[in-house]
Amino acid sequence: MQTNLPVTLTELELRSFRRLAGIMVPASAEFHVPGADDAAIFDDIVRSLGRDGLAVRQALAALDELCNGSFCDLNAGQAEAAAMTLLARSEPMITALGRAVLQCYYRDDRVFRALGREARPPFPLGHELEQGDWSLLDAQCGRPRMWRDLDGYGG
Amino acid sequence: MAAEANASRPTDEMVDVLIIGSGASGAAVAWSLAETRMRIHCLEQGDWVKPTDYPTNGRDWEARRFSDADIRPNRRGLPADYPVNDDNSLMKVANYNAVGGATVHYTAHFPRMHPSDFKVKTLDGVADDWPIDYWALEPYFTENDRVMGVAGLAGDPSYPPHAPTMPPVPLGKTGTRYAQATNKLGWHWWPSEVAVNTVEYDGRAACINLGNCTPGCAQGAKASVDVTYWPEAIRAGVELRTNCRVREILTNAEGMASGVIYYDPDGVERFQPAEVVILAANGVGTPRLLLNSASARFPDGLANSSGLVGRNLMLHPWPVVTGYVDDEMDGDRGPQTVMWGKEFYETDRTRGFVRGYTLQYARGTGPVNEAVSSMAAGRLPWGRNHHRTYRTLYHRRLQIGVACEDLPEAHNRVTLDPLLQDSHGIPAPKIDYTISENTKAMMEHGIARATEILEAAGAKDISASRTVLNYPGHLLGTARMGTDPGRSVVNEWGRSHDVKNLFIVDGSIWVTSGGVNPTSTIQALALYIANQMKQRLANLFD
Ligand SMILES: Cc1cc2nc3c(=O)[nH]c(=O)nc-3n(C[C@H](O)[C@H](O)[C@H](O)COP(=O)(O)OP(=O)(O)OC[C@H]3O[C@@H](n4cnc5c(N)ncnc54)[C@H](O)[C@@H]3O)c2cc1C
Ligand code: SF4
Repeated sequence: MQTNLPVTLTELELRSFRRLAGIMVPASAEFHVPGADDAAIFDDIVRSLGRDGLAVRQALAALDELCNGSFCDLNAGQAEAAAMTLLARSEPMITALGRAVLQCYYRDDRVFRALGREARPPFPLGHELEQGDWSLLDAQCGRPRMWRDLDGYGG
Repeated sequence: MAAEANASRPTDEMVDVLIIGSGASGAAVAWSLAETRMRIHCLEQGDWVKPTDYPTNGRDWEARRFSDADIRPNRRGLPADYPVNDDNSLMKVANYNAVGGATVHYTAHFPRMHPSDFKVKTLDGVADDWPIDYWALEPYFTENDRVMGVAGLAGDPSYPPHAPTMPPVPLGKTGTRYAQATNKLGWHWWPSEVAVNTVEYDGRAACINLGNCTPGCAQGAKASVDVTYWPEAIRAGVELRTNCRVREILTNAEGMASGVIYYDPDGVERFQPAEVVILAANGVGTPRLLLNSASARFPDGLANSSGLVGRNLMLHPWPVVTGYVDDEMDGDRGPQTVMWGKEFYETDRTRGFVRGYTLQYARGTGPVNEAVSSMAAGRLPWGRNHHRTYRTLYHRRLQIGVACEDLPEAHNRVTLDPLLQDSHGIPAPKIDYTISENTKAMMEHGIARATEILEAAGAKDISASRTVLNYPGHLLGTARMGTDPGRSVVNEWGRSHDVKNLFIVDGSIWVTSGGVNPTSTIQALALYIANQMKQRLANLFD
């Protein structure tokens, strides 16, 4: 069962988390997107931790444990290796950490636009949806009755 | 143990009919009984949800599906929710507690049960036949379709003839791709019946393809009962009281229900006397309430002389098979369900199992959910290759759900948790549930067929969920109907065998579960029971 208590991360935890977020989803010039450590995105991530706060805190502690010290003190190569080792673990806290980052990253205006999507919520404008090819239904018409009843198949 | 009616507890005025729960079945029964002009009240533990509060109004619409709009009450933890101990079940409980019940959050896929689903013992030698059949419900399916508004297309050979009320939802790019693939294999498909307005219907707007029907439709195009049955029932005189949680049903010296104890919106414990009590609290909430109503007169729980209250829980195991194509598909633009496939619905013993399943063809998903679910499935890496891989997934997804019929088994059950309680201190339900060998064989068969369809559609990276299943929120079977009081909880028209003024109309009275989403049949059954009550008003308790 779930504990839904809000959590406020310490300065040190926030530094680790931001560095980790930038490794999880790095900025990319090729795809014209910021990283998850971008100031606006990271602020959103921290503000929105909600039900995942405790799990994220546990994941950050596990990361420090992996590094035998502070993740923030590692050089870039070491930090990336440690982060990937942590993220490869299939534990609920890692799922929660991933969700906390992705749910904010993939609603950022710049990321949306880079995906060719308008930066807006679905309502009220909605979306276009084409009808598709209804002639494909012709192959299904005229099939014999398929449903069964006490009288068996067929009319 | 039940409290006795108590002079110090505030007591409301007597009502003729008290309905507990305002979801799919509670709304339908209230609407139908309203024409009797009886004094009818409904107590609902949740509140009205305003369309402006639905997630699709904001940029956080996907994130909210992991928080206050999550389908699991244990994750949501809202004041209207009660916790459920489902640790001992691979299938988790999904529900929604508000006016409209789980229809606020449902996907509105709206198939009826098939005629064979009511006669599984006679046809296939398993479980039990229902005491009623498809044909008894047929007029109520039609009536329910009219009130809810159902998009679809007449002529499906997998069903007896009937005509949905509106044109089907568009096939779109995704449905077209599925249809081509399924035709190639020579298998059945048909546009799904969906309780979504494809045109303006009954004063409600048409769908604008927001694409996130599940956590509530801001457009009002999805037929949740807060926008269909309830406005009409309230206009006809039914009183719906929100934020009122029922703790237990009391009985009198004659062994009849005398009313309920509930907590009002201020947390005050009150007694609501009633001539007739109707339970519509769903397949988990109803057995919970009956078990919480144990008393000296009914030591094993109310209406439980058969010992079957809480037993035979059916949850519809639902693997989902996912694959990706090279071209852009509909993604999260449009109602989620497109079409159904019934090729493997009816029993064929050469498959190694009895009964069958529906293939539920779905559109894709939004940007966040694509990332989160693909990460969990190991498709999407962290780090340098993240963006390149993501672009091969986003809006390229095909996914087919395998809606498996699970048969009733006494050991799959709802009991009361000895420790866990809700915010009013009422004991919470505990679920013990395992998936049978027959269902496991069915799941594997369905996964293999869905994989073939995705391959024929040109999909790559095909994977199936076996351990993290979809939780469809279908809560069935825990107070089954039947003619034998030793083998059922309610009779063939929904009245408790033991307590003659107590009725149950929700999914708990199902005898078997079919391989379809249940709401259309739950509501048809509620309307059928209401009609039976109306016909017997003079001698309802005989
Ligand atoms: C995420 C999700 C998607 C779904 N998708 C589909 C779909 O596509 N198609 C389909 O057919 N079905 C779908 N379903 C299932 C469908 O919503 C349910 O089968 C249907 O709503 C059940 O109706 P019901 O009347 O039995 O109970 P519910 O609709 O669950 O209503 C029960 C009501 O009782 C209230 N209640 C319970 N206990 C108490 C108490 N002690 N005091 C006061 N009030 C109480 C609850 O708050 C609730 O409002 C879905 C469900 C979920 C959760
Ligand atoms: S797709 Fe249609 S029915 Fe679903 S939420 Fe959007 S507008 Fe409502």
